[in-house]
Amino acid sequence: MASSDNPYDAAELPDLLPIYYRRLFPYSQYYRWLNYGGVPEKYFQNREFSFTLKDDIYVRYLSFNNQNELEKEMQKVVPYKIDIGAVYSNKPSQHNSVKSGSFHAESKELVFDIDMTDYDDVRTCCSSADICCKCWTLMTIAIKILDRALGEDFGFRHRLWVYSGRRGVHCWVCDKNARNLSQAARSAVAEYLSVVKGGTDAIKKVHLTNPIHPSIRQAITVIDSYFEDYAVNEQDIFESKETWQKVLALVPDDILSLELTTSGKSVGNLCNGGIFFNSDAQFREGLQTDFVKVRNSAERWKSLQCTLNTIHLEEIKLQYCYPRLDVNVSKGINHLLKSPFSVHPKTGRISVPIDVKNLETFDPFSVPTISSLCRELDRKTKEEQENTHTENGEGLEVKRRIRDYKKTSLLGPVKIFEQFIEKMEQSQKGQLLEQSDRGGDF
Amino acid sequence: MQFTRSTRRLRASPLAETYPFPVQFYEHPPTDNISLQDFENFAVERLKLLKSVETIGVSYIKASESYNKKLESELRKLKFPYRVSSGEKLDDYEMRRKDHISHFILRLAYCQSEELRRWFIQQELDVFRFRFNELQDKQQEFLQHNKLEYQTIGEEEKELQKKNLADSGGYGSIKISEWLFYKVYFTDVLELVRARKVFLKDGFVYIPHPEIAVIVLNEFRQRLSKSLALASRALPVVQSDERLQPLLNNLSHAYVGQDYSIQKNVGKISLEQIDGLAAKSYAPCMRQLHKALRDNHHLRHGGRMQYGLFLKGIGLTLDQALQFWKSEFIRGKVDPDKFDKLYSYNIRHSFGKEGKRVDYTPFSCMKIIMSNAPGQGDYHGCPFRHSDLELLKQKLQSYKIPPAGISQILDLVKGMHYQLACQKYFELSHNAEEVGFSLNHPNQYFIESQKLLNGSRDIKKESSQPENQQRNQGSQSTRGTSACVSKPTSQAESADMEGLEELLSDVYTE
Repeated sequence: MASSDNPYDAAELPDLLPIYYRRLFPYSQYYRWLNYGGVPEKYFQNREFSFTLKDDIYVRYLSFNNQNELEKEMQKVVPYKIDIGAVYSNKPSQHNSVKSGSFHAESKELVFDIDMTDYDDVRTCCSSADICCKCWTLMTIAIKILDRALGEDFGFRHRLWVYSGRRGVHCWVCDKNARNLSQAARSAVAEYLSVVKGGTDAIKKVHLTNPIHPSIRQAITVIDSYFEDYAVNEQDIFESKETWQKVLALVPDDILSLELTTSGKSVGNLCNGGIFFNSDAQFREGLQTDFVKVRNSAERWKSLQCTLNTIHLEEIKLQYCYPRLDVNVSKGINHLLKSPFSVHPKTGRISVPIDVKNLETFDPFSVPTISSLCRELDRKTKEEQENTHTENGEGLEVKRRIRDYKKTSLLGPVKIFEQFIEKMEQSQKGQLLEQSDRGGDF
Repeated sequence: MQFTRSTRRLRASPLAETYPFPVQFYEHPPTDNISLQDFENFAVERLKLLKSVETIGVSYIKASESYNKKLESELRKLKFPYRVSSGEKLDDYEMRRKDHISHFILRLAYCQSEELRRWFIQQELDVFRFRFNELQDKQQEFLQHNKLEYQTIGEEEKELQKKNLADSGGYGSIKISEWLFYKVYFTDVLELVRARKVFLKDGFVYIPHPEIAVIVLNEFRQRLSKSLALASRALPVVQSDERLQPLLNNLSHAYVGQDYSIQKNVGKISLEQIDGLAAKSYAPCMRQLHKALRDNHHLRHGGRMQYGLFLKGIGLTLDQALQFWKSEFIRGKVDPDKFDKLYSYNIRHSFGKEGKRVDYTPFSCMKIIMSNAPGQGDYHGCPFRHSDLELLKQKLQSYKIPPAGISQILDLVKGMHYQLACQKYFELSHNAEEVGFSLNHPNQYFIESQKLLNGSRDIKKESSQPENQQRNQGSQSTRGTSACVSKPTSQAESADMEGLEELLSDVYTE
């Protein structure tokens, strides 16, 4: 799990980054993606990139005319971080020479950022920038739920999920429709997908309507398949009085009247005896006593399930597991987001694409780091040199660059990336055919 | 034999063809000729309508019964169409024509800035919504006529999605079987998507017929927004025509009502009273300016204009004004001679005693809010519009407004209802239940305040008079030849009106 054979030290970055950018970064696939088949014209040339250099020097409004220029610049400047911004009305590098008011962001992928810190109030294993395999389940759940909704509800076909490098995931929705969405539309999509609302001052963050919207129902189905293992067992949310109080705090205050009116169930329908209660306080006390009596988390959860109405149980599950996204990241057309295949300076991990079809197998702690990649490369190169003769000297350099990443653990992630790009290219071809058919071209 | 009715209908038929419904999308600009009188009147009346719509919209919950009743009576009063009547008469069509023309005139005036556009679109949208709902079972016809065919879903798909449809919108299954459902791409109904109130599949929202209004409204808003953007791009060409420019500016800055250029109280106020009056009867904008003047012994140009004209409006004579400003500026280490050279000319100018000799009118709220935003070191503008919320709060606290009142005011400010916020301030600072007037001018604030504090003795309502005079002047000049301002000191002549008259006469003497 831990990369103990290849420990990462941030101090090595200045030495490792040049190797990474010279021999491993998948420029041609990267360009294929961002060029979108050259449609519309200048899409790549008008794209903003930003680099963060050593000592936190931040440079914005960078743009490049072609893949070669991008490559050369990255190899020359050796950025610590790379962000991708919007496609503008003019080349970002020339934005100062454009008439003021005229330079503006026109298009960008619809993006989502899920950050583990937003779940701190419902994680017991870690907090802040830390993650572990227990809480990583939250990301798996988030990806499943959002990916389904973006695909089935909104009809978006080209969704790239990327590991952020430390504590979260990003989604890049690359459909043409998505890239051309207005700010209002992006905000509406993000709101549609938001269920957990409220800041630190809000204790109960989920309020469902009755009946439950089909999209939420789908989300609950996903959560149900994980909840017992993840929340009840691993996170152990019923472990102690301290933790189960937090769960009980999510039960609405006027629970008594609610239960009576909405379910017609008789109050005090605890599985361990038909006790009746006269007030909300008594009801809660009853639950508490029951919890103490029962002595194990699984039983406590069962008890709660017997007592509460379905909708309140769903609200609890959603508050503990439903994806928490930052609406502001998705809203802005000109928002800058970490680029896939960039390095996370604090962890050394590469922002790799995630295979959504095999989510269960994704392990953030096995994601290659820049140091591990460089070591792999070293080893492989030594092996090659021992085994083969050098052929004609020139071709070797180029060949080396083309095949280098394939000798390392970057192969897998690049393959996932390629599949994603191919699917998009197929779809683009299909659209062009449709258009020419309509136009009556032969 | 019933000839009369049918002949009336026959005569009405060309208009009836152009205007089959009391509501429209304003796709095509009017092409006929109208009289000058109508041109001005139509525009002014529509502006009145839209301003009422704004006020009603804040006083009542939109689409509630009381809101609808108020809006209906306003439309009726100003003779704008809103309902399909059983036997459509010539009058109905005349109203629709006026509606059409006035909309396009106001478009020119309100396309000029983001803020104006937003305001215009909001009020037009509210009127459209009301009228569309009034159409009731004629809605389908209206949509067809406007080539708005929305894709519907077939019975099998409806059956398949029954549960999803029911759960998304909270509809009963009987209704679902009855209703026609439309499929619309989600970007056309963002509010429904945002609130997750509809079923979404493959990017398409499934909307039952009763909720079609939302889509239609969005369509209206989008079309109008586009048209306004186009209009503003074409505006430089229009504005290069010097005749139209002042008219359009006036419309967009005009507040329809008194302009306080007639002072019945000239000379009735003494300079010693001013500090007291400032604390009791000044609107916050003027109170702020007065305080800044007293504190700094100086005001920059914007502040001098806004406050100076206000003082004229409350009754200061030219001599009093000169004395007032001079004494204050001298305290600020301005040389008396320097004052005479630099500042007194401007004061005299604003009283119409210099140069063009135009008697400038005190700024209305609309003008103060919309034009000449204050910069660093300025104290003019409207505090509700231009002050940071925190600072505004502090200011209101220093004016001893109770906390509950302050939050009411801040809510109105957040909703961009600056004049209503000021009205609320009036109520709270005068301990009045309801204001009893619609605030749109700082001098009006002053007069009403004085009325309340002194019991309404001398100041009678002059609202009808100056308007009529303005109108009459307008119509006189159309009949006459030159409309050049020949009476500079005439009380009915204002800087705004002057341009308008010249323009109007110029256009039609060719």
